[in-house]
Amino acid sequence: MTGEHHDSDSATAARVKRVEAAVIAAGLTTEAELDALLEVVATKASPRNGARVVARAWVDRSFAEAVLADANAAIEELGLSMEAGPQVRLKAVANSESVHNVVVCTLCSCYPVGLLGPPPTWYKEPAYRSRVVREPRAVLAQFGTHLPPQTEIRVWDSSAETRYLVIPRRPEGSDGLDEDELAGSVTRNGLIGTGIL
Amino acid sequence: MRFSVGDSVRVKLDDPPYHTRVPRYVRGRRGVVTEYQGDYPLPDTVVLTKGADRTTQPLYGVCFPAEELWGTGQLTTDGPFEVSVDLWESYLEPLDARL
Repeated sequence: MTGEHHDSDSATAARVKRVEAAVIAAGLTTEAELDALLEVVATKASPRNGARVVARAWVDRSFAEAVLADANAAIEELGLSMEAGPQVRLKAVANSESVHNVVVCTLCSCYPVGLLGPPPTWYKEPAYRSRVVREPRAVLAQFGTHLPPQTEIRVWDSSAETRYLVIPRRPEGSDGLDEDELAGSVTRNGLIGTGIL
Repeated sequence: MRFSVGDSVRVKLDDPPYHTRVPRYVRGRRGVVTEYQGDYPLPDTVVLTKGADRTTQPLYGVCFPAEELWGTGQLTTDGPFEVSVDLWESYLEPLDARL
């Protein structure tokens, strides 16, 4: 990590501390409440959760239909939740031979943290957020994801109350794998749509 | 609820001097309602009233073809794509002609 990055990380940490002290002083939250939230993010939020949802959808057709129809209800079957309050709605979108889905939040960095863990830095960068809605194919190519020219790309700008989870296409030659092994083949970029498997 | 799935709509061309969740790149653009997502507090009002007014209104998924957002030239370089944006009802106006 460069010194420049280090400096900006320290500046961010200092800013977070000041904001934290201010919101606690204003009575908007408590230190215990924030600690409980961080505990959930640190110990439970991981792309492994999203991978489990995808693997189940691949092996269980009725689950696949359920997760596309009402993702919040379907993931409860796996003991998962969005972990961020009742107002966060989850929508799963499935890739197919003809359609590829990719997720962004152009206004900030909305992301299904409970299912994917904390977002990668590039997801929060203006470069990704501004370009992927304008030239998604070129952006995906920079991730090493080259789609056939006829594939239709759907970009989901999640700047309101819904968070999106991409169900990638099942890798070729994965017929012999069980559900856990399939989950192991799912990458974070696959769940965001910047990768294919 | 003012709109149904399949309705053509236009995002109001507005530039409010307060917090809003309308990305600039869809302002004034035409799209199609693809989903009703439920009723949620309008963030613009929530922020303006510092959380006091949490009146809800319908929230829709609205899909915009790439050529509506960026012109037809984009497709020759980037292939077919569309962008779906989640927008509250008061951000939208009905469009008589089908998109």
